[in-house]
Amino acid sequence: MTDYCCPICSLLMNFTCYKSKLMKFTCYKSKLGNDSFLTSTFLTAETLPEGEILRLNSIKKLSTIALALGVERTRTELLPFLTDTIYDEDEVLLALAEQLGNFTMLVGGPEYVHCLLPPLESLATVEETVVRDKAVESLRKISQEHSPVDLEVHFEPLVKRLASGDWFTSRTSACGLFSVCYPRVSSTVKAEIRQHFRTLCSDDTPMVRRAAASKLGEFAKVLELDYVKSDIISLFTALASDEQDSVRLLAVEACVSIATLLPQEDLETLVMPTLRQAAEDKSWRVRYMVADKFSELQKAVGPEITKNDLVPAFQNLLKDCEAEVRAAAANKVKEFCENLPEDSREQIIMTHILPCVKELVSDTNQHVKSALASVIMGLSTILGKDNTIEHLLPLFLAQLKDECPEVRLNIISNLDCVNEVIGIRQLSQSLLPAIVELAEDAKWRVRLAIIEYMPLLAGQLGVEFFDEKLNTLCMAWLIDHVYAIREAATCNLMKLVEKFGAEWAQNTIVPKVLGMANDPNYLHRMTTLFCINALSEACGQDITTKQMLPVVLKMSNDQVANVRFNVAKSLQKIGPVLDSNALQSEVKPVLEKLATDTDMDVKYFAQEAISGTAAAKQIIFGILHLTALILPPNPEWTTTHLYSLGMFQVELVLVDQYKAVLGVHSLHHLTVQEGALQPRQAQAV
Amino acid sequence: MAGPGGDMQWCFSQVKGAIDDDVAEADIISTVEFNHTGELLATGDKGGRVVIFQQEIENKSQPQFRSEYNVYSTFQSHEPEFDYLKSLEIEEKINKIRWLPQKNAAQFLLSTNDKTIKLWKISERDKRPEGYNLKEEDGRYKDPNTIMSLRVPVLIPMDLMVEASPRRVFANAHTYHINSISVNSDNETYLSADDLRINLWHLEITDRSFNIVDIKPANMEELTEVITAAEFHPHQCNTFVYSSSKGTIRLCDMRASALCDKHSKLFEEPEDPSNRSFFSEIISSISDVKFSHNGRYMMTRDYLSVKIWDLNMENRPVETYQVHEYLRSKLCSLYENDCIFDKFECCWNGNDSVVMTGSYNNFFRMFDRGQRRDVTLEASRENSKPMQVLKPRKVCAGGKRKKDEISVDSLDFNKKILHTAWHPQDNIIAVATTNNLYIFQDKVN
Repeated sequence: MTDYCCPICSLLMNFTCYKSKLMKFTCYKSKLGNDSFLTSTFLTAETLPEGEILRLNSIKKLSTIALALGVERTRTELLPFLTDTIYDEDEVLLALAEQLGNFTMLVGGPEYVHCLLPPLESLATVEETVVRDKAVESLRKISQEHSPVDLEVHFEPLVKRLASGDWFTSRTSACGLFSVCYPRVSSTVKAEIRQHFRTLCSDDTPMVRRAAASKLGEFAKVLELDYVKSDIISLFTALASDEQDSVRLLAVEACVSIATLLPQEDLETLVMPTLRQAAEDKSWRVRYMVADKFSELQKAVGPEITKNDLVPAFQNLLKDCEAEVRAAAANKVKEFCENLPEDSREQIIMTHILPCVKELVSDTNQHVKSALASVIMGLSTILGKDNTIEHLLPLFLAQLKDECPEVRLNIISNLDCVNEVIGIRQLSQSLLPAIVELAEDAKWRVRLAIIEYMPLLAGQLGVEFFDEKLNTLCMAWLIDHVYAIREAATCNLMKLVEKFGAEWAQNTIVPKVLGMANDPNYLHRMTTLFCINALSEACGQDITTKQMLPVVLKMSNDQVANVRFNVAKSLQKIGPVLDSNALQSEVKPVLEKLATDTDMDVKYFAQEAISGTAAAKQIIFGILHLTALILPPNPEWTTTHLYSLGMFQVELVLVDQYKAVLGVHSLHHLTVQEGALQPRQAQAV
Repeated sequence: MAGPGGDMQWCFSQVKGAIDDDVAEADIISTVEFNHTGELLATGDKGGRVVIFQQEIENKSQPQFRSEYNVYSTFQSHEPEFDYLKSLEIEEKINKIRWLPQKNAAQFLLSTNDKTIKLWKISERDKRPEGYNLKEEDGRYKDPNTIMSLRVPVLIPMDLMVEASPRRVFANAHTYHINSISVNSDNETYLSADDLRINLWHLEITDRSFNIVDIKPANMEELTEVITAAEFHPHQCNTFVYSSSKGTIRLCDMRASALCDKHSKLFEEPEDPSNRSFFSEIISSISDVKFSHNGRYMMTRDYLSVKIWDLNMENRPVETYQVHEYLRSKLCSLYENDCIFDKFECCWNGNDSVVMTGSYNNFFRMFDRGQRRDVTLEASRENSKPMQVLKPRKVCAGGKRKKDEISVDSLDFNKKILHTAWHPQDNIIAVATTNNLYIFQDKVN
């Protein structure tokens, strides 16, 4: 990156990255009055490279710079600079837009908050949507900090400028700002704002119309009811029949909020014609949107309209010619049925919805079937036991035999709903073949998915059924040829043990797992170790010490180095579960032997296990970090720990934290240490 | 021709590119495209470079000289790559450039090679920051011990600098070679077409695209046609067309379904049995399809002709113009030297009254639709004096050659004009010969 293209970074920020630490320090030791000392923290600055991450980190600490400059210079120097600096990388601009939303105090409080408007205004016109959105979000935030007078003098003119900008980027940004200033301005300005919004709703560029359509609901909420009826409805109708379907579909969203605002008696005349039209739109994307928002729409229009209008509309969506629409509607089946008025719910479902659902079970598109499978079980709680057995059960069974694994998985993953109503026994006959088939599916991702449902299934089916039918599957996964499956299988065993208890584990799982320690395949031997890692805690000290530990220790003589260093890792892992006696007499000698192994990795992990330093260090660093932030400085405590840990591992950031904690008097110690640090750091950088 | 008066004359304005006859492969121009205002003109070449020319501000004192196009920005858009999985070299050649509608002070364009589409931002910068804290103005680091206060950099004016920066890379979505990209009128999506598939992208999302057309048969041996070009309708965001190697054009409506495998209209002209030959299918392959600016018509180019179709009439074109009918008797030799597979592009003028396309021997053709007149012009160094009027050329098809006529046999088939572009409003055209870009304009009376 050359200097010219990232001004924030190479000048202000590159420096601030450092400066910010400095500032944190200064704030802490406020008014040190010793500039030469301050600059000593620059010592390490020069070694750092310029780069985007650095700049990003720097801009995130913009508040520190502002703090250092003071409110006056922030207003007169920093903000004008930032206003002109919109050349940078998106990430940097995004961070800047976000920061400025929290800048009120740094420019001198609400009295001066309008100083933040110019940089945010220029950020609200950049081409990157994420940056613009963030700028708008920050503008919305600081709008609340404007006094009503400032809002009219400074904020509202900005909204107008954006709304009448040359480029659509600024006009789209304006759409999000109307609703925040409208409630707090005089009625003449209100009229202007409404006019501006109207204009944007019929803008030439679809981008702006889309932005206006997506903010229509929000704007309607802050408008007086009369204006909602007179203004918003006509805009809504116009947007809902826009020539571009990308605009029309956003009007569907607005429909939800508008319908909530209007009294019930007006809905029929003002909203329903548009909604009916949307549900039958020529474009599948609009119909998809209606299907996707169906539950919200249903709640917004109330039970009567639902019964008369939405039920047939929903039926049509379930039978739509486009699979995407059917899938979206299928997803809503349960929610829709749940929200039907109670008095006629069952009748509507049985006569209108269920026939459509039956057809979807044998849909040609697998996404539709799998969307349905993910919710269909939920219908059983609504329909009750008898209807479920008579009408739904055949559908579940059909879906359990579906050719698409995703459909079967979705049924299995929702078994709990049906278990509550009719008990799982009804299904178990079909369930088992389905599970076995999935468990042996050629695609490992399918196998992975079914493993994840195993603990749930085990809970539903009970321990006996599990032992009888599923246990063998669970053990077979341990020797799957895909690592991800073996890993998931290990994790699954742990969850099963948590569910069924240590005694069950001792009888059914542990012997099989330990038996694999003698397997000729070293990958399987390693699986034993991984299982032990996972199970030791759930099984408790007794089983771990008496049954698992001997096996682990024996494996330390394995001829494969990978097994040996995993023994070291396992010993470290199960260490906390063992009693100290076993640790001293059995574990320690083995680890010491491994520490002299011919293999480098085995040695390394054995040493790691012996000292346990890695973990311990991390914890102490964590404490230090926290201390730096929350505790008053306690130089003695921290220095002792610091030195005991050895400074060479300390990260630069932490050093800075320590400085804050340690205070001035112990700083020269640190500086000395920092000097010694240099080579290592350069490496890290 | 071309103007309402009907007697417009074209005159030479500028030529870009090296003069010597020794043409470097990388310098061969592979695409030419004006932006929506016509202020900028972009070319792409086989070396993966994009060159953008900007129209200078009009000179009031010399009205007869229209403003010229000068280099505005040059950048390397694509680099040669190697697909290690398929053992395939990926050329850096720019297949297409499309400008995005302007959204702020910067300009954006999409450029594509065979596999990867990139979104570029072209922006101006006329200020630079000054007042480093840690560094001197010359870039040296200051001695930190001398820094006693914090200063805020200020922006100072500098010479105008144009930067091109890659904003998005849309990769890994095409198994075959990308032949077209087209930006949708909804301003947020675009399509990219390869030989067998068309994908729909959101301009801000690079990690997924939607497949909207897939004509790949389950068994590749049953493959009978490929997609040759695709374009969005200029106003209706839901409509796009794609042309095929069989000479048909399919119009699809994205509202009807998510996957547009079923077209809503099929434009096809019944074959004339009297002209049927071994080459019929090859020469009927469509090399380019372009909607008219008003969205009512579309134009297709096949090897020998340009056809204008009314979107409301599927069974035959409303107009057909012969580009170089005299080549019909030479198809055999054109097949042998592979020229028959050349992909000529075509373009409309600003008000859709004239169409233009290229031919061989550095000739290009214009057809005035209202007056049913046509003209052949030549882009050559010989008549490249400022404001020199281009003389119409005539090719003699056989029989006795008249004065000023050129015999078919003396045409140079290595000099071909494949890419041309017409300014969106004015009568300014850009014509790419092998490695030169010619700019012509109408003679202002």
